[in-house]
Amino acid sequence: MVQYSDTRFASSFAALADPTRRGVLDRLGRGDASITELADRFEMTLTGMKKHVGVLEQAGLVTTRKVGRVRTCAIGPSRLDEELEWIVRYQQLWDARFDALDQVLEKLKAKEQSREDRVE
Amino acid sequence: MKTESSKNPTTVKMSSDREVLVTRTFDSPARLVFEAWSRPELFRQWWVPRSLGATLRSCELDVRTGGTYRLEFGEDPAETMAFFGRYLEVVPDSRIVWTNDEGGPESASVTTVTLEEQDGRTHLVLSEVYPSKEAFDAAGTGAQDALSETFEQLDEVLAGLAAA
Repeated sequence: MVQYSDTRFASSFAALADPTRRGVLDRLGRGDASITELADRFEMTLTGMKKHVGVLEQAGLVTTRKVGRVRTCAIGPSRLDEELEWIVRYQQLWDARFDALDQVLEKLKAKEQSREDRVE
Repeated sequence: MKTESSKNPTTVKMSSDREVLVTRTFDSPARLVFEAWSRPELFRQWWVPRSLGATLRSCELDVRTGGTYRLEFGEDPAETMAFFGRYLEVVPDSRIVWTNDEGGPESASVTTVTLEEQDGRTHLVLSEVYPSKEAFDAAGTGAQDALSETFEQLDEVLAGLAAA
């Protein structure tokens, strides 16, 4: 569906669609970290974190290097272009709006329910 | 993070170089979703989520075909940011189409929201179409500027990438 010929755009977007992966990038923006440190920080298994890092690595957003038994992650060479930045923001805007809309709908449903209960 | 996985996902896609599609499912019947889009006192409860950090000062919606709307942001009346336009088509519980006229005629986009109910749940599709690719690109840059302070998490990510 995404009509960008730039497949990096698509893979970057997919990589950033996940809140944990955005968190990992945020963390790496402040300094390199090992997979173990990241797994601890985000309270997940090593395997789970390896998968997330793999997705980020494929998108060029993260690089890893292995020294001895420790794999260290760092921010990768790929930059977010303006258009990608915009669409990620757009998604976050609607995501936040629709979460708030969920709450309004729950209230409306509860109100209707109590009205029906009274009639019965 | 637990609530993150249990809620319905929002997807955003570019369907052409001047159209964005947003989809989301709600666990409520279409008439309630329509109510939340068309009654100002409900609309203002969700259109400006807390994470946006903006104040919706006034919200006037006349949700019927040919009606108009006007949203004003900002605590200081002297520094108001207004969004306004016209409802081109309103079909209760199923469809709302409006123009976004604040940018002037050359960049006015048209937003279409369609609601489809199935088994008590509502599938929502929102399409935003710009008159040209140039208008789309300009809106992207503009929206980016306008929202620049609102998504702190992403800002930090981007700052981290820029520093790398």
